[in-house]
Amino acid sequence: MSGAALASAVDRSRTVARADAAPASGIGFNRVTVAYKGSVALDALTLSVEPGEIMAVIGPSGCGKTTALRALAGFVRPVAGRVRIGELDVTDLPPHARDIGMVVQNYALFPHMRVADNVAFGLHARRAPEALVRSQVQTCLAMVGMAEYAERYPRQLSGGQQQRVAIARALAIRPRVLLLDEPLSALDAQIRRSMLAELARLHRELPSLTVLYVTHDQTEALTLADRIAIMRGGKLMAEGLSHVLYRNPPNRFAAEFLGRANLLPVQLEQPGLDTGLVSVRLGDTRLQAMAPREKLPGAQALLCVRPHAVTLTRSDVADNALAGTVRAVQWQGDLHNIELEVMGSPLRMVCTPLRDPPQPGSPVTLHFPPDEATLIPADAE
Amino acid sequence: MPSDLALPARAAPRDLGGAWILPPLILLGALFFYPLALIVAQSATNSAGVFAPGTYAAVLGTSLFRNALFHTVEIALAATAGCILLGFTLALILTFVPFPGVRLVARLIDTIIALPTFLVALAFTFIYGSAGLVNGALMQLQGTHVPPLDFLYSIWGVILAEITVYTPFIMRPLLASFSLIETSQIEVASSLGAGAWRIVRQIILPAAMPALLAGGSLCLLLTVNEFGIVFFIGAKGVVTLPLLVYDKAIQEFDYTTACVIAVVNVVLSLALYALYRTLIGRFGGARAGLV
Repeated sequence: MSGAALASAVDRSRTVARADAAPASGIGFNRVTVAYKGSVALDALTLSVEPGEIMAVIGPSGCGKTTALRALAGFVRPVAGRVRIGELDVTDLPPHARDIGMVVQNYALFPHMRVADNVAFGLHARRAPEALVRSQVQTCLAMVGMAEYAERYPRQLSGGQQQRVAIARALAIRPRVLLLDEPLSALDAQIRRSMLAELARLHRELPSLTVLYVTHDQTEALTLADRIAIMRGGKLMAEGLSHVLYRNPPNRFAAEFLGRANLLPVQLEQPGLDTGLVSVRLGDTRLQAMAPREKLPGAQALLCVRPHAVTLTRSDVADNALAGTVRAVQWQGDLHNIELEVMGSPLRMVCTPLRDPPQPGSPVTLHFPPDEATLIPADAE
Repeated sequence: MPSDLALPARAAPRDLGGAWILPPLILLGALFFYPLALIVAQSATNSAGVFAPGTYAAVLGTSLFRNALFHTVEIALAATAGCILLGFTLALILTFVPFPGVRLVARLIDTIIALPTFLVALAFTFIYGSAGLVNGALMQLQGTHVPPLDFLYSIWGVILAEITVYTPFIMRPLLASFSLIETSQIEVASSLGAGAWRIVRQIILPAAMPALLAGGSLCLLLTVNEFGIVFFIGAKGVVTLPLLVYDKAIQEFDYTTACVIAVVNVVLSLALYALYRTLIGRFGGARAGLV
């Protein structure tokens, strides 16, 4: 479908889609534990998602993020804890009674059904009147720009088109919450970017839809989510508003997983008066960073600076300047990725392409703004 | 290298690839086509050894033949329907209702394929026969001397035994087919509000249809030709085509009639085999693990 046709289809469907949005419902995990054959996959997860919010759950493979989604969908039964959708405790309800829409990585379209029948499946299962089924199928297909493909079979569609149909199928039942389990992982990079924009647009059109988005891709999470939960080993490691979590990660794992932060070991000094800043020492160099929200234990901490906050500067700049040595320079088209060493610690910076990039082995002076640097506990993971 | 030292070029070996067809052809001819040709020839020859195609009309017109044909088709259809129903249900349970020992049960069901068919009939005699376990227990319980269960020596006994023997032939392709269904499809269907019955009907059954059709036609083919079970159970008044061939040839020495019936049986089997191959070709039997 061309971009103009897609835009037109979206415009046609917008009013109807808004009118069709289901009442907003939040999600709640209250100390939910899931175990498989004695092995704990989800360890007392407590997490809540506000109505109409997009919550991304991220983490490495095996961290428990998909298990959390499956516990919410009703495909695994927690050994402890309660799961809530809206005000309703759904822990003991079967999946078909939970009023959820679900989109999975491999689309899971029914291969023997045409696109329209796939989208109508949930409505037929709920015994919706035929007139409503027809109009809702049209609306949802138009919403994802697939109205022209209603009579095709899934095998006649590309991966991106199949995923759009899967989204339309999930939305057709007007679910209280939408669960997305790595929905873009099977798509190539270009289509993934376009689908990410589509999902963001869909949520703007259905603002009351609560979305739980499971992914291992931090870019998807940062692009789409209002809030992010980071998991590891079945446990919740960090959770918060996306931009807050990115700028001010509470621990080392969150800092490294979300945005690959630079972490430099520093000694804490006295906090600045009324500035919200704190002085730290890296070797003999005094630096300033944002004061932590909570008092850090001990005199050691990790200075967390994002790669994009580091810049090359003149050697006579005094504030927050660090001497380093270039180890490697990579040109990646729209940016330069420079690997450095600062007082024995590795440090990475990214910047727009440089006309005259430094050569490996050359000494450089680095700078970062104090409000782009935060402190996290040195001993915590 | 001097040219006089060069070795003479070897003549290219003759391509005898085509000749490899001869051994299997000779073997097939000797073991299958020649006996079959003899049967066909005998079927069109009268007792005086004279060509008499009218024999067909005479044999096919008898009520004995018509009854045997009817029973053959009746038993084959009923047994196949039972196999499909039981096989589908068992395969569903083994695949989608996991329980401890599920693999062992699947293997045990599979081993039935390796057993001779009359063995099941013999086992049925021990269990459901007049003096079998079930009747013995029931008679003791009721204090009577008349066996309350009297189905084994009827057409139902034959059908039940054939269902027991041939259900694994349906289950094998079905289990292979079920294993290819993505779990996520079933989960998504469930999340959309579909109950178990709707999922079976609208998701699992269409996906399993090729395996079901191919397995069903194989089952039909085998039950049409079943001899051991019918012979061993010896149900009253239940004569099938293979049994009639046996009766005419071995007991009455009426080889011409036996050969006519055998030819009809072969034609019926070939027609069913053609159906089986067509279904496999059309619905992807390879995917169903059949070929």
